Amino acid sequence: MTRHMTVPMSREEKETLKNGDFVYLTGTIYTARDAAHKRMYESLQKGEDLPFDIKDQIIYYMGPSPAREGRVIGSAGPTTAGRMDKYTPTLLDLGLGGMIGKGKRTDEVLKAIERNKSVYFAAIGGAGALLAKAIVKSEVIAYDDLGTEAIRKLEVKDFPVIVVTDPSGVSLYNK
Amino acid sequence: MREIEVSAVTEAVSEMCIEINHVLSKDMKQVLKNACENEESELGRQILSQLEENLKIAEAEMIPICQDTGMAVIFMEIGQDVHLTGGNLEDAINEGVRKGYTEGYLRKSVVDDPLIRNNTKDNTPAVIHYSIVPGENVKITISPKGFGSENMSKVYMLKPADGEEGVKNAIISAVKDAGPNACPPMVVGVGIGGTFEKCALMAKHALTREAGTHSDIPYIKEMEEEVLDKINALGIGPAGLGGKNTALAVNIETYPTHIAGLPVAVNICCHVNRHISRVI
Repeated sequence: MTRHMTVPMSREEKETLKNGDFVYLTGTIYTARDAAHKRMYESLQKGEDLPFDIKDQIIYYMGPSPAREGRVIGSAGPTTAGRMDKYTPTLLDLGLGGMIGKGKRTDEVLKAIERNKSVYFAAIGGAGALLAKAIVKSEVIAYDDLGTEAIRKLEVKDFPVIVVTDPSGVSLYNK
Repeated sequence: MREIEVSAVTEAVSEMCIEINHVLSKDMKQVLKNACENEESELGRQILSQLEENLKIAEAEMIPICQDTGMAVIFMEIGQDVHLTGGNLEDAINEGVRKGYTEGYLRKSVVDDPLIRNNTKDNTPAVIHYSIVPGENVKITISPKGFGSENMSKVYMLKPADGEEGVKNAIISAVKDAGPNACPPMVVGVGIGGTFEKCALMAKHALTREAGTHSDIPYIKEMEEEVLDKINALGIGPAGLGGKNTALAVNIETYPTHIAGLPVAVNICCHVNRHISRVI
């Protein structure tokens, strides 16, 4: 079914999501991919705070191309989520609300999604120009030195995603 | 002997990097359109039509088709009667990549060392393959390669006894393992024969062949068609969410090999299979 929802979303709202739902997200999400995850994970191991409060927030696995003058962002489609699997259960157990990416996750991640009643959405891989149109604001909030891999706070409007692992922890890809 | 200034190579490389990251070649647009028309899954059709819409937005608004604007893989075919002047050719090619990726607002996705991993901030160096050919022209083919699909590519050192069936199974198994990660519908480049590195290079080069065309070798053409049908019967579908369009093309190149071996490489590319050529 097609739905419109605001992000961040509450646990109760998440529990109404079902695999295969087409959802248009409006609100705030954060980007982080390989290098930012590695750095966040190392911070946690050292007992340091993360650069933003991940509680209930959604991380979008994405590193954009540079914005042309007057534009919010460049091309902005999802990257393969599986490369973040090493770090994801820890972040979910700390309260991360959900993720947007593409591709399969490990069983450990699926179990962590179920345990925390989280959600994993897929955005359409390779549709970076189309997805960029749904991003209305972008601001680097941490790890600026990582360039495209910096952590960005994004405001999105009707950002199209598909539920691929709902809070039950079952993956649509394994169907 | 014809003289060509290497600055002409720099200019061409820069323009080609920008063009191909915003405008997909006609052959790829056509196979994607065909897929959209024949897809039976409703979700699959919805995804394919969004991909077509994405191509239109990219071209009209100069937003790269995909944010992963790739590592620049460049095939240089240099005529043996050409004298390149005005500097080092390799530097000139990398200068073209630097210029194209910087002035074209393309993503800088290259790190300087595979383990230390500092971004070079200009997408250099390119991966360059040279060949010397007859004539007095320089042909440049650029294929910016995204790594979602590159990571799912494989080399198999099969035994001669594995034969045709073994080769087909290897290709299909690589596609199956790639699944949703490689952004299907994919283009599958295959190299059969040669040595370990030769088959990988052929698989990469096969991706630059026009989608929808076939090998000149009759039995290889048949294999391309048969393997494509089998891949599309897997049901992986657009974005890996089910459907009959898992691959748009299977392109195979072959080369003589050793009596003891049957190397097979499968280089997987997503639906944004960018390739562009220009002759100087």
